[in-house]
Amino acid sequence: MPNTIVATDLRKRYGDVKAVDGVTLAVEEGEFFGILGPNGAGKTTTLEIIEGLRQADGGEVTVLGRSPWPRDPALLPRIGVQLQASSFFERLTAREQLRTFGSLYGVPERKADAMLETVGLTEKADTPVEKLSGGQAQRLSIACALVHEPELVFLDEPTAALDPQARRNLWDVLRAINTEGRTIVLTTHYMDEAETLCDRVAIIDRGRILRSGPPAALVRGLDAATRISVVSGVLGVDEARALPGADDVTDDGVSLVIATRDPSSVVAALAGRGALDGVQIKGATLEDVFLNLTGREYRI
Amino acid sequence: MTSFRSLARAMFLGFRRDRGALFFTIALPLLFLLIIGGVFARQSTPKSKVLEIGSVPVVDQMPAEMRAGVDKSLKFTRISDRNAAVEKVRKGDYSAAIEQSGDRVVVHFSAADQVKAGTAQGQIEGLVQAANQASSGKPPKYRLEGQQVEDKSLKPIQYITPGLLGWALASAGMFGASTTLVTWRTKGLLRRLRLSPVPIRSVFAARVVVSLGVAMVQTALFIGVATLPMFGLELAHYWWMAIPMVLCGVLAFLAIGMLIGAWAKTQEAAQGVTQIVVLPMAFLGGSFFNIDDAPPWLRVVSEIFPLRHLNNGMLKVLVRGEGPASVLPQMGVLLGFALVATLIAVRVFRWEQI
Ligand SMILES: Nc1ncnc2c1ncn2[C@@H]1O[C@H](COP(=O)(O)OP(=O)(O)O)[C@@H](O)[C@H]1O
Ligand SMILES: [Mg+2]
Repeated sequence: MPNTIVATDLRKRYGDVKAVDGVTLAVEEGEFFGILGPNGAGKTTTLEIIEGLRQADGGEVTVLGRSPWPRDPALLPRIGVQLQASSFFERLTAREQLRTFGSLYGVPERKADAMLETVGLTEKADTPVEKLSGGQAQRLSIACALVHEPELVFLDEPTAALDPQARRNLWDVLRAINTEGRTIVLTTHYMDEAETLCDRVAIIDRGRILRSGPPAALVRGLDAATRISVVSGVLGVDEARALPGADDVTDDGVSLVIATRDPSSVVAALAGRGALDGVQIKGATLEDVFLNLTGREYRI
Repeated sequence: MTSFRSLARAMFLGFRRDRGALFFTIALPLLFLLIIGGVFARQSTPKSKVLEIGSVPVVDQMPAEMRAGVDKSLKFTRISDRNAAVEKVRKGDYSAAIEQSGDRVVVHFSAADQVKAGTAQGQIEGLVQAANQASSGKPPKYRLEGQQVEDKSLKPIQYITPGLLGWALASAGMFGASTTLVTWRTKGLLRRLRLSPVPIRSVFAARVVVSLGVAMVQTALFIGVATLPMFGLELAHYWWMAIPMVLCGVLAFLAIGMLIGAWAKTQEAAQGVTQIVVLPMAFLGGSFFNIDDAPPWLRVVSEIFPLRHLNNGMLKVLVRGEGPASVLPQMGVLLGFALVATLIAVRVFRWEQI
């Protein structure tokens, strides 16, 4: 597989802040790649260096085999970018907005209107952008990034500020685009989003990539406990501690939670006692990976 | 080309839907023209009030066409009491009182206001002469014609119109350009457009074309309103030279606006600085009063403002009747302003907010 993006040792500082501090990553063609990290980790800066919006202080980057800096008009039609802050022409309706952006790439109006349909904004076609809700504006912004059918799409926190339903709808749109063969690079601070959508994620913190790989592999590589919870009261805390394989037990009055590295033994023991009321089993998540890598709780 | 067209279209729609911009570029300047033009229109023809004691045939039997002329400067009021009439003239309520018995026409006037009395008397004299002429049927052999030494065509409306139009074009051009550029930068549109394959030159060119179009609309509306009979602007022969003149002027204003917008970080800063430039420029550029009346040093200072040159050129072609070649220096200066400001703006220009 040819690499769509190759970035080596990217560096960028703003005054004393090392916004990007030696980022190396490679994205393959057709991949859904996630850059995951808390606010201020350096996601946007990394993305903007790759897109060609900012010049790196150091390091090398090629996108589709070309250098994004200085501005390369031959590269630009092949990439689509949704910036973290929606940027629109003032006082245009959603349809006019999309048609205008389309025309910058020679896209006919008919196709621009079809893209409006794809992101589910047909009903809002005649609404001025200033009157769109946060989620609608976000979808329009993504439509503007996709209208010219780029091979490579950059999305900077596309689902931030969306309600859960809108997030899920957007995930479907993004999956569909990826299925068409387009490469997607997305930044997010939602762990679940990265786990659900991405083929591969890079976890970034303080300008550095801590680890990268498929989400499942990252989690599995972690020797993290599985948490089994049952309704509080079905079992005493001490009794639970005595179960085979139980490492740690807490009871907050609502649920009794048993942390274990041997979930099958614990579940079997619980079943033997008829204590499986309201059982929930949670494996380790990317959050645990982050905690493990940084020693800090993950806070967005 | 299509991308250029659709950019221009997008920007035009954005302007047309901006009530504030419409008000400041179109409505407010027109309102100024209506008010100031209206005030001067009335002031320029102050009528003398004349009392008519009893019936005065030379007045009453004037031929209709002459009556129309006389009515422009004299307003007759009929009164029957002679003493009351004389008293009113003495008090200065009326400029004169006129009475006629047979062939004798008497004018009562007061020495207190000789100017007013003189005017009225002169006009009535003309009236009597005309009546003589009409009765004899012979044209007069000698005719006296007064020639004002000042430029006769320069009634207030004649310099108010180009002046106010210049001010309207300057503020629309400069505010439009400076705030647009800052908005594009702060709202991220500039960086978004940078990621499209369209050369940034085209983006700016589209904005300039829209502004030039808006300026043409402003000009047409302005001249249209000022030439209405109630304002009475009379256009000189080469009035159409106002079009290239306006285009050159607006290019200069846009360039200065872009320079301010390139430098300013916030909308407030852009507006403030633009205001600081526009206001003195409007006064010294001769938009609100005739700069030729100002002291010489002030006239020299006023040359640093492009608006001064636009107003000069507009006066020449719009009202003074000078030929197209006479404004080439003004157009050259304006284009020079545009070029220099653009070059500096390009140097100061920043893509990013921070
Ligand atoms: N233009 C800028 N000027 C100064 N500091 C900046 C700028 N952009 C980002 N930073 C700083 O760089 C760091 C990384 O920012 P960013 O890349 O936006 O992170 P993220 O997108 O992960 O939230 C932050 O500390 C931020 O404050
Ligand atoms: Mg960010």
